[in-house]
Amino acid sequence: MMRWLERHVPKLVLAPSFIAVLIFVYGFIAWTAWVSLTRSRLLPRYEIEGLIQYERLFDSPRWDTAITNLYIFGALFILVSMAIGLLLAILLDQHIRAEGVLRTIYLYPMALSFIVTGTAWKWVLNPGLGIEAVMRSWGFETFEFDWLVDPDLAIYTVVIAGVWQSSGFVMALFLAGLRSVDTEIIRAAQVDGIPTPRIYTAIIIPSMAPIFLSAFIVLSHLAIKSFDLVIALTGGGPGYATDLPATYMYAMAFSRGDIGQAASSAMIMMSVVFAIVVPYLYSELRGKHD
Amino acid sequence: MAAAGLMVSAGSAVAEPQVEVLHWWTSGGEARSVAVLQEEFAANGGTWTDMPVAGGGGDAAMTALRARVLSGNAPTAVQLKGPAIQEWYEEGVLADISSVAEANNWAELLPASIAQHMQCEGTWCAAPVNVHRVDWMWANAAILEEHGIEMPTTWEAFNAAATQLQEAGITPLAHGGQAWQDATVFETVVLGLGGPEFYQAALVDLDPEALSSDTMVAVFDQMRIMRGFVDENFSGRDWNLATAMVMNGEAAFQIMGDWAKGEFLAAGMTPGEDFLCASTPGDGYLYNVDSFAMFAVEGEDRIAGQMLLAELIMGQNFQSVFNLNKGSIPARIDVPLDDFDSCALTSAADMATTSEAGTLLPSYAHGMALRGAQAGAITDVVTAHFNSDMSSEEAVGQLANAVANAM
Repeated sequence: MMRWLERHVPKLVLAPSFIAVLIFVYGFIAWTAWVSLTRSRLLPRYEIEGLIQYERLFDSPRWDTAITNLYIFGALFILVSMAIGLLLAILLDQHIRAEGVLRTIYLYPMALSFIVTGTAWKWVLNPGLGIEAVMRSWGFETFEFDWLVDPDLAIYTVVIAGVWQSSGFVMALFLAGLRSVDTEIIRAAQVDGIPTPRIYTAIIIPSMAPIFLSAFIVLSHLAIKSFDLVIALTGGGPGYATDLPATYMYAMAFSRGDIGQAASSAMIMMSVVFAIVVPYLYSELRGKHD
Repeated sequence: MAAAGLMVSAGSAVAEPQVEVLHWWTSGGEARSVAVLQEEFAANGGTWTDMPVAGGGGDAAMTALRARVLSGNAPTAVQLKGPAIQEWYEEGVLADISSVAEANNWAELLPASIAQHMQCEGTWCAAPVNVHRVDWMWANAAILEEHGIEMPTTWEAFNAAATQLQEAGITPLAHGGQAWQDATVFETVVLGLGGPEFYQAALVDLDPEALSSDTMVAVFDQMRIMRGFVDENFSGRDWNLATAMVMNGEAAFQIMGDWAKGEFLAAGMTPGEDFLCASTPGDGYLYNVDSFAMFAVEGEDRIAGQMLLAELIMGQNFQSVFNLNKGSIPARIDVPLDDFDSCALTSAADMATTSEAGTLLPSYAHGMALRGAQAGAITDVVTAHFNSDMSSEEAVGQLANAVANAM
């Protein structure tokens, strides 16, 4: 009896959460895929109609905007967050005074929700209230910073707010990475008289590749599911200029009673995530087996 | 034995009316208005279970409703309007309240086009609580007087007045750059420039010819002109902040439904003296009717509650008190209007005349004319045009495409 328990307790304990994940993650992915092939409107219907929803999706200028915005926002958000995060981490790594305080200050935005970030930046960037108004009241009458209300530039304000929020977190990741590099190697390099910038570019940063990959994965999924930031900052506007796939899906599912369309956009979003995550998982798992 | 006896007597007693009401009237004036109905319901011996779901202009409430319906436990009555009523009817979940409607003669008491919204394939399935007029133009009386401007009755007059005000350094049009507000302005321009028949063809029947006509190009031209009358900072502004601009004299006009009147009145202003109201240039009347759809429920007490609720909603007392609170006018035409203000009286008189002329039309921007997907497709084009430098021809092309795509 004891033997049987020893052998089976782990399985029994894991079983409920395994079943829950199977149903509520994979089951619902399958369900969404099914609904995306139907003409569901207010409530799901289950007669399969083929790829009609995907045709509608790719025919919609609004979806075009959403996807283009995802590329712009995703690329800039990830690159700039990583660049700023790395720079901050390297500067903090110089054994300066009050490092703990500075680290907390930079990390703090991560503790705020994207809704708070979005609302705060909405006021800061609003031409009538924020930076532009302040600069003009200081006498710079021609100062202009109206990206928030310019349909061509509004998506970049989302990047600004997103980077402000996330670069502190990336800094923390990188700082941990920098500290985990073997000090013996660094000391040896210092003894050999190699200048510090070169130590970083040739030794430390290359040895942090796994950290870069983790940061990239975390940031890219933040970018793809980005929803609350856009809602709070621009509400998708001006017009639908700052729509992202997530806000498109929400509008279709919850405001317009077009569940089939929402499901197809959700499937496309998932494919984008898979395109990024699957190679990562593959390389990770293969690494373990070798 | 005693317990069994009790159960029998309880079962045979007359069922006590019970309702569970899902709505999103949660702000001050709205909550007061719905409380009137609750009190009346309780006074008639009923039990009211309130299910308010705040936020998102009803999006959150609709999500809650969907979950309840899918789990087979629909609320008794739900705040629904326009074609959404028919959409839910097609899902097979609405109840028939024809017995109440016929006993109380609703068909006679409601304007024909509004009665039509409350019917699902000939049976009555919803009860209207009010009529909001959407095609209103509000103005700051002092500004107009100072510049010698009358309320414009044509779009050319509006453009001329707005240009004059702009040159004097006043923002002519207070506008909030949210998609539904762009759509609100758009539909009043469609009605004004194209006339009621064109409006019917384009935004109700979705006739492709009307959608891609020269008239529609002219409508988008006018929208481009209006864009020039709006201040630079309008993007994402809430409608009530735009109303405040008219109140404070920062802007002269606003095009918005009669809920804007509530803001003026709450600030202690008098219609006709401090602020002016007039229908937007052109004929016709665009309505937005709030209503409660009745869902199919089981149990004598709940069905009794449903019938009582429907009767009370259409009752003279509720229609009068509710609409005084909310700024709209009663849906039934025989309610005494002695306590209503001059804007409401105009609205009621116009509703009667347009109903007879057949120009009483459903508002597309407020979900009365089209289903969600189609209305949304049009709004996407309107807001994209208004917020960019898209040409009118391109907008018209996109409009026809978007509508076909949403069918």
